[in-house]
Amino acid sequence: MNIHEYQAKEIFRRYGIPTPKGIPAFSVDEAEAAAKKLIEETGNQVVVVKAQIHAGGRGKAGGVKVVKGVDAAKAAATELLGKTLVTHQTGPEGKKVQRLYVEQGLAIKTELYTALVIDREKHRVCIMASSEGGVDIEEVAESHPEKIHKVWIDPAVGIMPYQLRQLAFGLGLNKAQQKGFGKLVGALSELFVKEDCSIAEVNPLIITEDDDVVALDAKINFDGNAQFRHKAWEELHDLSEEAPTETEAKAAGLSYIQLDGNIGCLVNGAGLAMSTMDTIQHFGGDPANFLDVGGGASQEAVTKAFKIILESKDVKGIFVNIFGGIMKCDIIANGVVAATKELGLEVPLVVRLAGTNVEQGREILANSGLNITPAATMAEGAQKIVELAKGQ
Amino acid sequence: MAIFVDKNTKVLVQGITGSAGTFHAGQCQDYGTQIVGGVVPGKGGQTWDNPSGKGGCPVFDTVREAREKTGANASVIFVPPPFAGDAILEAIDAELELVVVITEGIPVMDMLKVRRVLDSQTATRVIGPNCPGIITPDECKIGIMPGHIHRRGNVGIVSKSGTLTYEAVGQVTALGMGQSTAVGIGGDPIRGTGFIEILEQFVEDDETHGIILIGEIGGSAEERAAAWIKENCKKPVAGFIAGVTAPPGKRMGHAGAIISGGKGTAAAKIEALEAAGVKVAPTPSDMGTTMQSLLG
Repeated sequence: MNIHEYQAKEIFRRYGIPTPKGIPAFSVDEAEAAAKKLIEETGNQVVVVKAQIHAGGRGKAGGVKVVKGVDAAKAAATELLGKTLVTHQTGPEGKKVQRLYVEQGLAIKTELYTALVIDREKHRVCIMASSEGGVDIEEVAESHPEKIHKVWIDPAVGIMPYQLRQLAFGLGLNKAQQKGFGKLVGALSELFVKEDCSIAEVNPLIITEDDDVVALDAKINFDGNAQFRHKAWEELHDLSEEAPTETEAKAAGLSYIQLDGNIGCLVNGAGLAMSTMDTIQHFGGDPANFLDVGGGASQEAVTKAFKIILESKDVKGIFVNIFGGIMKCDIIANGVVAATKELGLEVPLVVRLAGTNVEQGREILANSGLNITPAATMAEGAQKIVELAKGQ
Repeated sequence: MAIFVDKNTKVLVQGITGSAGTFHAGQCQDYGTQIVGGVVPGKGGQTWDNPSGKGGCPVFDTVREAREKTGANASVIFVPPPFAGDAILEAIDAELELVVVITEGIPVMDMLKVRRVLDSQTATRVIGPNCPGIITPDECKIGIMPGHIHRRGNVGIVSKSGTLTYEAVGQVTALGMGQSTAVGIGGDPIRGTGFIEILEQFVEDDETHGIILIGEIGGSAEERAAAWIKENCKKPVAGFIAGVTAPPGKRMGHAGAIISGGKGTAAAKIEALEAAGVKVAPTPSDMGTTMQSLLG
């Protein structure tokens, strides 16, 4: 789960991580008032107006404006609010700016980079730091891997001072800077574990003219599996950043991702759902979605899933592909029947059922009176739905 | 021979009174697995009845007590995500040989702790989490896979994806071959047993003549498995990778299935496997025939 920069910085401050002074703004008026307040408080005319979207690369896309004075801040806010930003992480359709963050300007001496991620091979949280801040770190990793310094946190011990020193020496920091850097990264490590993050990135992490170490940017991604112990995440969730159907699906416990094609898929299991998409493409079709109903879904959830597909305007055919294990075929069949009773079935439907309770499932579908094309295998089903959808 | 589990494996079910726990404990017992006890804190002393009406087992408060009283050497975990990390650690502490974790949705931070403890001992092997389990046909089924699709034979199957394991099993059976053992290792970023540890066993196992390896996008486990196969595996291996058409940056259901920063793509994994001599099936419906063509 993603959150905005201004929300991440609020969490940073709770852990004592230095950030510039800033105020979120949802309108031009609020942005103007925020700029005025910051200029009065800091005595510095320079403020930064930053678009708040769930994607990196905002600076390059013109989403971050460094301006002088309240009027210029107002102009920047007017330009940014409502604008669609296209960055290398948003996809070509871009993301509409609906929130801003107005921040004090700081005199930057050096830009660094630091990030915490889960290292799957080492089974540890990995802290990365680089002197190449403010740029595309993936490029640095590719061209100059030696410029990225790494340490790994032992979950039984936690981050140790020597590891922070290792990173600081690696970056070539002076004594004053080392202290600030160690404190910041130490606090970030604590935050990462306690708040159940999957990514925490500060790019850039800056050193000011006064040798203060400050998080100029903040990106946090939470591990959605840990939601049960973080009630506050619900408030941080910006639903406007997600496709409404994806939000709806998530609420029903489904894993759903909208795609560009016209063949709706309802599948159990992530691997099978992915390879169902792959197989549809293999036979010349285009999947409209990824949908994994999971193992323990109730009949209501399956009904919901099928309704989401039925309600999608682009869908010209539906392929239900189930290999029951923990999921039982009769639950799927009942869900499909219940959804079509409410919404009707205007497009071809191919169903392939196998595994747990397959006989009950087939019987329910056979007695439903629905026009269903059965398939014995995934490949056969994919081929059939691609053909049938072409006729629509 | 088969690997890890056979007719002598005695299994505890942690979370046996939950809806998934009770249904699948019943299915496993009906299959012939020795389900010798359940563990549910606070319900010790009760008896679990198999929903099929035949069989059942005693329920204990702790894994240690259950192991001592039943002689169990394995457990399967159906405990919900908030308590699953704790349940795994309890099973490791009781020094069970094998712990199979079915639970989906365990926080990564919990699994990092589990993994840390796991790496500091040698008594226990953990399979999963978020996996279908392990089965040696006709002897022992520990997990949620439908038993009837299996048939004993010479193909070893290892997979990150549950339902794709069933696909492979179903195809192998339909073609008149069978499985020595089929293992789902799960698609989470931090897990107990990886591809290579399973491959090592299959290579050593005389009953296993060929291996099907099923991976998916995300991480680099498939690439490492490919490198290992190239060096160590003389047996024929058929492969499949799910997610060729998955868009980057989108998490495809499994917590681990995401292409990030251009890493973990299906194309790179397929290339690595093919370079190691693995024959990769063009669609998931071809996994069985691909294996058959290699076994001749």
